[in-house]
Amino acid sequence: MSPSVLAGLTGATLVGLGLYGLILHPHPLRKLLAFNLIGSGVFLVFGIVARRGATAGFRFDPIPQAMVITGIVVAFAASAIAVALILRLSAESDHVTLKPDVWTRPPGGNTR
Amino acid sequence: MSLLPYLDIGLASLVIGVAFFTITARDLFASVVGYVAYGLLLAFVWIRLYAPDVALTEAAVGSGVTGVLLITAGKRLGELKNVAPDAEPEFTLKLLTGALAALIAGALGAAILALPDPPPSLAPEAAAAADGAGAGLGNPITAVLMSYRSFDTMLEKMVLILAVVGVWSVGTDKAWGGAPAPLRQPKPYAPMVFLAQILTPVGVLIGVHIFWTGANAPGGAFQGGALLAAMWMVTMMARLVEPPRIDAKWLRPALVAGPAVFLVTGLAGELMAGSFFAYPPSLAKPIILFIEAFMLLSIAAALPLLVAGPPIERPDQ
Repeated sequence: MSPSVLAGLTGATLVGLGLYGLILHPHPLRKLLAFNLIGSGVFLVFGIVARRGATAGFRFDPIPQAMVITGIVVAFAASAIAVALILRLSAESDHVTLKPDVWTRPPGGNTR
Repeated sequence: MSLLPYLDIGLASLVIGVAFFTITARDLFASVVGYVAYGLLLAFVWIRLYAPDVALTEAAVGSGVTGVLLITAGKRLGELKNVAPDAEPEFTLKLLTGALAALIAGALGAAILALPDPPPSLAPEAAAAADGAGAGLGNPITAVLMSYRSFDTMLEKMVLILAVVGVWSVGTDKAWGGAPAPLRQPKPYAPMVFLAQILTPVGVLIGVHIFWTGANAPGGAFQGGALLAAMWMVTMMARLVEPPRIDAKWLRPALVAGPAVFLVTGLAGELMAGSFFAYPPSLAKPIILFIEAFMLLSIAAALPLLVAGPPIERPDQ
């Protein structure tokens, strides 16, 4: 089995593991972490397609690699926004959860 | 018989094992630590795929900075009371989710095994195009990022600024203009202060080196900028410096400098070389390094601000 096929299968497994965590974990930060795991699995699958695409004479195809680099940075930016939203939501509702019935506050309550 | 295939299989099993630990760990902190280790292992996989630039980015941003972000967030959440008890999901739900996840992973794996051979490729074309426009750069990745697909790279820098704006706007109205909370609440440990004092000068030097060498070898503005950002965060964690007020005069120019210089240079390409984001071949390398220097500054400013979070209200305000 060539290294790129092996890495591709690793990527596929990571997507599966991440999806499992994303659906089942009740803690929002754990969900975010699982989502990042899916993301890196997708990057890996994309990366090996690039590796295969680099036909004779090329050691790698630079364009997909450049796109993965861009993707990693954008994924971090999105995670940072998600963290900020989770922290504010938890501070507002005093509960660390994504359950909708916990956050609803009576109207005219504490407006911070 | 070579040893490499066994190393590859060992590495792949390690990555999957650590990912499994990250998902199943009971404790949030353990899970985040698992994620950081996972990112570093993944960087090795990228090196095996002849992608050292991606490996550097994954190690610095994907694992390092994201790890700091999640650990800081976990600490801040821990200060809140009423952490909802983690209701354990039902067994049938677990089973169904596991089946769904296995199905998707299996389908993806089958697709990978069924990829056409020989693979269709745009690599020769792309390499020719990148060679033409980014002439003078020995690192094809930097040539693609800064020349062939420069518009993407510029937009990505703008995404970073938008993310900073997004994080800031999550803060309360009263806190606007103030500073984000310190990265570490209690008094810092002496070893942390010592580490920050010793590591920062070396780290800044290496960061600038990775940026400079990125024109010809693995590295570049992303990786160098992430390293500079990490050094700023280390000093913030040691409380040697505090996160800046978000209305500081120097902060916003530093944030927009990268994309702004990029855009202006792109427009200048219209006049000098005949098309948007085209560089005159004889000057391509100095121009690209000039743009990258400002991008380095913007990345080094944006990443720590994203980790530091929205401004907070302080008693003294």
